[in-house]
Amino acid sequence: MTNLETFRAETRAWLEENCPESMRTPMPEREMPWGGRNASYPNPDTKVWMDNMASRGWTAPTWPAEYGGGGLSKEENKVLQEELARIKARPALTSFGLWMLGPALLEFASEEQKKKYIGEIVRGEIRWCQGYSEPGAGSDLAGLQTKAEDKGDHYLVNGQKVWTSYADQCDWIFCLVRTDNSVKHDGISFLLIDMDDPGVEARPIKLISGSSPFCETFLTDVKVPKENLVGELNKGWTIAKRLLEHERSMISGMGMGAGAASMGGMEAVAKENFGTDGDRIADPAIRNAIAAHKMDQQAFGLTMKRAGEEAKAGQGMGAAASMFKYYGTEVNKRRFELLLDIMGTQALGWEGEGFDSKELAVTRSWLRSKGNSIEGGTSEVQLNVIAKRVLGLPTA
Amino acid sequence: MAFVLSEEQTMLRDMAKQFFSEQVPVTNLRKIRDDGSEDGFDRDVWKQIVELGFAGILIPEDLGGTGFGPMGIGIVMQEAGRTLAASPLYATAVLGAGMIIAAGSESQKKQLLPRVAAGELLLALAIDETNHHNPANIAMTATRDGDDFVLSGEKRFVIDGHIADKLIVAARTSGTPGETQGISAFLIDADMAGITRTRTHMVDTRNAANIAFDNVKVPADALLGGTDSAFPELENVLDMGRVCLSAEMLGGIETVFDTTLTYLKERKQFDAIIGTFQALQHRAAEMFCEVEICQSVVLDALSALEERRNDIPRAASLAKARLSEAARLITNEGVQMHGGIGMTDAVDVGLFLKRARVQAQMLGDANFHRSRYADLGGY
Ligand SMILES: Cc1cc2nc3c(=O)[nH]c(=O)nc-3n(C[C@H](O)[C@H](O)[C@H](O)COP(=O)(O)OP(=O)(O)OC[C@H]3O[C@@H](n4cnc5c(N)ncnc54)[C@H](O)[C@@H]3O)c2cc1C
Repeated sequence: MTNLETFRAETRAWLEENCPESMRTPMPEREMPWGGRNASYPNPDTKVWMDNMASRGWTAPTWPAEYGGGGLSKEENKVLQEELARIKARPALTSFGLWMLGPALLEFASEEQKKKYIGEIVRGEIRWCQGYSEPGAGSDLAGLQTKAEDKGDHYLVNGQKVWTSYADQCDWIFCLVRTDNSVKHDGISFLLIDMDDPGVEARPIKLISGSSPFCETFLTDVKVPKENLVGELNKGWTIAKRLLEHERSMISGMGMGAGAASMGGMEAVAKENFGTDGDRIADPAIRNAIAAHKMDQQAFGLTMKRAGEEAKAGQGMGAAASMFKYYGTEVNKRRFELLLDIMGTQALGWEGEGFDSKELAVTRSWLRSKGNSIEGGTSEVQLNVIAKRVLGLPTA
Repeated sequence: MAFVLSEEQTMLRDMAKQFFSEQVPVTNLRKIRDDGSEDGFDRDVWKQIVELGFAGILIPEDLGGTGFGPMGIGIVMQEAGRTLAASPLYATAVLGAGMIIAAGSESQKKQLLPRVAAGELLLALAIDETNHHNPANIAMTATRDGDDFVLSGEKRFVIDGHIADKLIVAARTSGTPGETQGISAFLIDADMAGITRTRTHMVDTRNAANIAFDNVKVPADALLGGTDSAFPELENVLDMGRVCLSAEMLGGIETVFDTTLTYLKERKQFDAIIGTFQALQHRAAEMFCEVEICQSVVLDALSALEERRNDIPRAASLAKARLSEAARLITNEGVQMHGGIGMTDAVDVGLFLKRARVQAQMLGDANFHRSRYADLGGY
């Protein structure tokens, strides 16, 4: 047996033993494994599964083992992912720490910072949120005004963040703060703040989908130790941009295939709603729209795959992250609009009698999907990035 | 890795790129048009194409070809598409040779393929009978008459139909139009008694013909493949053709996109380079995404053919539908973003627009392929 085959056999056996049965079933939203100090586990298996995976560093399989990651090679990770998919395992840990902060820390943080924060992320002990946007700084993020003043042994932070996803449930926040007023991009620093510190307050905001996943976050005279600065003073923009790339590739892959999948695929739903003509969906317009959409999805998937192969071969596809963010989120939004066309009024229930839980979930997910092309940089901003950085079109 | 060209393939691409850009630029097509060429292609160019080995790319080496396979021909078609190169490559080397390779007997292969690779024999595949591609919808009949067959019916939009030495004709030996069972293929000389070929002048200046068959008597050894059962092989070859067309279209949209982008960076209005206008920037960025997507689906379809994957039909329909739509978008935007000059015959973008619409119709437009894709998906 080759090393990889051995690894596969061992992994399979280990998963068989360590992945609880209930973690091999579809995951309801309330059982998402976010981790953190305030985590609650409606299904106790969630915590067991998280701890088991974390004990091997497999919540972050390719991160260096010295900081608590799995230390797996790309090939080994591929095997692990295949084995996880084979048993339909749920993710053991979902978190902004894994998706965004961790990769940025590994690149930019000091040795002590990596030692402290990476392990906490891998084990799901600390739940992180992202303090970028402010009331006056959205697309024009570098216009942010939350300021951090040097007070000798600490920074004194004052300002307001907004749209901070899950801030009310998080333990720590990674923030962009202004440390120099005289320049725009070069006056921004990257700061880590414990949300238990005095002066941090998060107030939930209600969304059109009815839930309140994000908050206004107020920072009033918060004292932040100097060792919480990541990278150099006033060099935070570089880190911010790199982290956004991780965020964009995460969002672009998010939710592909979900929604309708829980209903058995949109073709099946369409057949139920419109009847069939032989094997075909009886309504030709809907059938055509579904085929067009599935082609979009397949073509997008192939392009992600191509980008991966090209990256391995050392050929960059250029600002791929922006293209994927733009295309992926727009396709995802269209998918939900199409589901509405297919399901009709049954996809427009808000609550109560007459709708089953899957149908209600479609309604809420449709509304939530509108945010995909806003969060992490809007579609328009992605197009700006492509036009300027990839196509080299001039600025006025 | 399917999406990254091998060293050999990269060399082939560079060679093809250099050849078409230097020897067969768009001016070559203009000359064919303006001279009112009878052939509709340039025989000197064809000779060079043959010398480079492109005519025999799909043909095995022991039969005189280069055996470079589907990825090879796709790469060449893409480069040919960049300059709108008109040649018998598609009808002869892809469809014609493809059908002989797929369905021919050993002796047919031995006799014909070396001549195709040597550029001595031009072929054309005659399938469609209506304004829309639909390969099962064949009404033309081939009736048994002793040891012979008698062909009667009409074919439309046969690419290279008027210049071909031999025709491959799909006709019905049993069944009714719409059925895939009962279709047979015949390989016959193009100048047999009873055949009338009428060249049609298309908007893209490329070759096509309507062909009438009036009780054409052909011997039984003209059969290519089995009686009644040619459809599966025909579909394989059509899929190869669809993917190669998609590759050619990709070359075309890449040129239009590059040209348009260059224009956006040069043209000034309101004291500004028009490329600074965000309305145009965003549309350019959208086109960029489309081109990237198109590159992926074409490469995937070519590797499906190369690796003989079992999802070839799906990959081919995805590519052909996608490219047909993208080419419509990008050629339209190309004309629009050039403004008035885009409407003139003097710039090339209009030629690409015209070619793109013909390509879109060839072997099935986006609607056809979406429907096929849905059928293949069981809905
Ligand atoms: C679900 C969700 C979760 C989020 N989570 C977080 C989070 O955890 N942390 C965080 O920091 N932020 C978060 N955000 C905020 C998000 O990053 C911002 O909403 C986003 O960057 C847009 O900023 P804005 O809302 O101020 O819109 P604006 O920037 O005011 O944009 C308004 C409109 O103008 C357009 N526009 C703006 N500038 C340009 C331009 N130059 N060219 C063309 N069009 C332009 C935009 O595309 C948009 O259509 C989240 C947002 C959503 C929807």
